[in-house]
Amino acid sequence: MSAEAVLEPPPPSLADRLNTEAAPAQALPVAVARLALIGAPNCGKTALFNALTGSRQKVANYAGVTVERKEGAVTAVDGWRARVLDLPGTYSLRARSPDEVVTRDAVLGRLAGETPPDVLVCIADATNLKGALRLVLELKQVGRPMVLAMNMFDIAERQGWRIDLEGLSRELDIPVVTTVATRRRGVDALLAAAQRLARGPAALSSEVAWREPGPVELRTAHREAERIARACVAPPARPDTLTGKLDGVLLHPVFGSAILLGLLFLMFQAVFTWAQPLMDLIKAGFDQLGVLVGQTFPPGLLRSLISEGVISGVGSVLVFLPQILILFFFIIVLEDLGYMARAAFLMDRVMGGAGLHGRAFIPLLSSFACAIPGVMGARVIDNRRDRLTTILVAPLMTCSARIPVYTLIISAFIPNRTVWGFASLQGLVMFGLYAAGIVSALSVGFVIRKLFWRGAAEPFLMELPAYKLPDPKNVLMGVWTRAKIFLTRAGTVILAMMVLIWFLSSTPSAPPGAVGPAINYSFAGMLGHAMEPLLAPIGFTWQMAVALVPAMAAREVAVAALGTVYAVQGGENALGPLSGVLHAHWSMASALAMLAWFIFAPQCASTLGVVKRETNSWKWPAIMFAYMTALAYVAAFATYHIARLAGA
Amino acid sequence: MLKRLQDSPVRSAIPSADVMARGVVPLGRGARGLRGVVASVGTGALAHAAGGLEPAELERRLLEIGFVEGARIEILHEGALGGDPIAVRIDDARVALRRREADAVLIQVEAGRLRPRRGLAA
Repeated sequence: MSAEAVLEPPPPSLADRLNTEAAPAQALPVAVARLALIGAPNCGKTALFNALTGSRQKVANYAGVTVERKEGAVTAVDGWRARVLDLPGTYSLRARSPDEVVTRDAVLGRLAGETPPDVLVCIADATNLKGALRLVLELKQVGRPMVLAMNMFDIAERQGWRIDLEGLSRELDIPVVTTVATRRRGVDALLAAAQRLARGPAALSSEVAWREPGPVELRTAHREAERIARACVAPPARPDTLTGKLDGVLLHPVFGSAILLGLLFLMFQAVFTWAQPLMDLIKAGFDQLGVLVGQTFPPGLLRSLISEGVISGVGSVLVFLPQILILFFFIIVLEDLGYMARAAFLMDRVMGGAGLHGRAFIPLLSSFACAIPGVMGARVIDNRRDRLTTILVAPLMTCSARIPVYTLIISAFIPNRTVWGFASLQGLVMFGLYAAGIVSALSVGFVIRKLFWRGAAEPFLMELPAYKLPDPKNVLMGVWTRAKIFLTRAGTVILAMMVLIWFLSSTPSAPPGAVGPAINYSFAGMLGHAMEPLLAPIGFTWQMAVALVPAMAAREVAVAALGTVYAVQGGENALGPLSGVLHAHWSMASALAMLAWFIFAPQCASTLGVVKRETNSWKWPAIMFAYMTALAYVAAFATYHIARLAGA
Repeated sequence: MLKRLQDSPVRSAIPSADVMARGVVPLGRGARGLRGVVASVGTGALAHAAGGLEPAELERRLLEIGFVEGARIEILHEGALGGDPIAVRIDDARVALRRREADAVLIQVEAGRLRPRRGLAA
């Protein structure tokens, strides 16, 4: 039995082949079959989706909801074309979260704005078949053509599972294909099976017989799955003990917690130190570009726009791309390893003490990258109150957009020293800022739980998947997707903001014979000066006030805004690195107050927008903005005055 | 063996030493290493879990994740703080859950012991 084994291999007829070759995809979009991938979390569904579609995938949202919709195009070896939809992972059609509702409705053909799939591709982890069999049995009731992909078949074979594929195909009455998504094995066979089904009789989509199963039906499905498994699957003589052994260490009350802390510490040290060479390179590149523009264009408005608005603005944000990529690299690797569920296990009690669900750990951890996936990821929590609490505290986790601000201020004000012989002081301060974010998120969660929502708590029930080595290709693709999102943002929102700030800070120009920097006379100057009295008690200068306004678009814009404000202010003479400029202009107390402000930093229009969409009300973003602003103000105020008293 | 453990100085120093488990017990009471077979799901100490989901909903969720009558169970790990949550092997799968929900699963014990009662909170 080879890993590429396939049952019912369909012979592609000559006529079929001629048809598909004669008809290019663009000419006949209607004829393209729709495949929907469905499977439990951790079955390798995303890897199979990547194997099928490669880089030809489109990530968007389903109409009206914020569930991520991933679709891609695939062409079989014989030229047959199909569109593949990657549905959110689920154990059953009994949907409890918005993601699972999308999966259920897509499968049942009830999803508004979606054409029902022609063929369902149910994906099973071949090493953990029983749960998948129950899903297959449930999906069979829907009555759509379906093929079962036994994924991770190589691992199953290595572990010694013996699976009677023919028997399984007979028992389930559907084609069964074996796949190894990470090596693209079995993909052709899967497509061939899907193609055959797509050309067969269509689904009886109007008469879907699925009905939400109750305890009786669930027990019946269990028995049926058990029976099929006993008939067709022989467990290995020597069961795999690797996961058990690893868990013995990684879930150990003492070592496990220590390893988790160590991992988080390593992650942040890496973000801070590994990224440095690349960041220097990017910075040098943008500096060169600025010099080039300075030499090419005559002095004037256009040169000012290009070098001070676009290049120094976008450049000062793009420079943080390496850090964001390193962070996502860690998150994706840990997720693919199967470690995230362990982290949730280890953190559940701590999270529970703070009134959060253990499952909130994953959304909150993603919030380290960006609060938007965090807020959206909170849909894995079924209970509405638990979900709202998680959403409200997610932006307190230090998102990567804060890294530019932190990095800038830390490199300007915190000496680059080594403490305790191994840790960099700058890294430690960064760690402290992250810790402050975590502690404040947990405290706010606790307060919400204790003050507003007492009573019913969501159960913590989650599968601990077997450990797997992450597939480098899938990790890279995941990191690349994130990079694309960040770059798109830098190329659109941030670029537009940069031009706007440049405009605000250079018009109107200073009157002839004016004293002081020109920006004093611009709109930005006026705005900053207007806000100054409000922000003076927390030690912010008007330049800092100016930077906070455009930072509403994205927190990292604050850095670019400072760059623009100071570059414009100093004209030709302010070419030194921004951190040097800040060091010269800010007091230590002001700098620390700014750091404290950004721990909470309420300003992020996209986060507030996503919260509005997720909660379907302006009430929650308003509450979020109010409480975060209050916390930021209080924290900055306290930091500023304590630092002043300490002589900084 | 029980006698020996109870007589040992270490054991007697602990006020509420754990005890050997016998018969049918709620999974949530078990200590690490408890092994057995699921006797029933959803009929256990449901009042205990009532702070969370409705009993019928909890029963369905437990069934969906794999707790079904006859499944072989072993408590593999306990959380660092208060021994909660627990990681359980169900046949070939591993599942993490809190003790409160685990109480709704009754286990026919084969071997293992119970955790000491959790003070006033329990």
